[in-house]
Amino acid sequence: MLVSIYRYNPDTDEKPIMQDVEVQLPEDKDLMVLDVLALAKQQDPSVVYRRSCREGVCGSDGMNINGNNGLACITPMSSVVKPGGKLVLRPLPGLPVIRDLVVDMSIFYKQYEKIKPYLINDTAPPAIERLQSPEDRAKLDGLYECILCACCSTNCPSFWWNPDKFIGPAGLLQAYRFLADTRDTADVERLAGLDDPFSVFRCRGIMNCVAVCPKGLNPTRAIGHIRSMLIQQGT
Amino acid sequence: MVTNVTNLGRSGLYDWIVQRFSAVILAAYSLCILASFVMNPDMNFEQWSSIFENNAMRFFSIITLLALCAHAWIGMWTISTDYMTSLQLGSSATFFRIMFQAGCVLLIAVYLLWGIQIFWGN
Repeated sequence: MLVSIYRYNPDTDEKPIMQDVEVQLPEDKDLMVLDVLALAKQQDPSVVYRRSCREGVCGSDGMNINGNNGLACITPMSSVVKPGGKLVLRPLPGLPVIRDLVVDMSIFYKQYEKIKPYLINDTAPPAIERLQSPEDRAKLDGLYECILCACCSTNCPSFWWNPDKFIGPAGLLQAYRFLADTRDTADVERLAGLDDPFSVFRCRGIMNCVAVCPKGLNPTRAIGHIRSMLIQQGT
Repeated sequence: MVTNVTNLGRSGLYDWIVQRFSAVILAAYSLCILASFVMNPDMNFEQWSSIFENNAMRFFSIITLLALCAHAWIGMWTISTDYMTSLQLGSSATFFRIMFQAGCVLLIAVYLLWGIQIFWGN
């Protein structure tokens, strides 16, 4: 099978190229994309990519697979390549390339840092821990599971256009995760930090983020909740 | 939080609400005009003019014109800050963006004043 891999070293190359590598796949197995990439690396050891847990938990191997963002380690070949087709691997779009499939995620983490991704509670802590009812805890389902792989934010045109101003779907999903947490008491400050024309309101609701999230999360819904909270607070 | 922005209301929420509220006014006005055509298919110029001699219709028209201006400014400002950034245009982005926004403000002001003159003039 032919695997086409984006190759670029900004220090030495004038422009990126797509390199075709022929890989022999076992006929009786539906390999994951990451396995195929490892076989390609055996053919050409200079191919560079990130990976760690190889089970969709660490979020290291987010990349663009045949036009869609996803985690290489949990994307079966059968879901992205038709029989006789070609596997095309590119880095996550919209972020600076460090080398080949590895991108610089600094701006993504900077947006994540902006939303203060930690509990803020100025009241005196109880003896053991801050308790939640099962109902309040359930409000965090669909929010806390984000692994920050950046598949969603780098699939969002608003993030491509204003990566320094728009928080992006991953950051906003986490922003709502703390707004929805009954143990957090900084709702007013958190919302005040989001009420500008860029941080939240650049979301156009096109749901590219929902379409590619490898964990099946729904950042668009979370952004809608944040918008509703801003309306309730501001009107 | 992004501060020092040149949008209409200096707040994302304010612009978002104005954009939607103005859209409702524009839709209502469009339906109103459309209904007048449907109910009077053989309308001549005198009948068309008489619709706008009614003060209620004049007020509705002016409110719609103001809504259109606000809607247009928010939309054009958003487009310019999406597509005319340093990522696309390099170091000259700010110059081009300000020129584009100034052009939009001028055009919107002309349409507003012209519209008022049409609705309330002789």
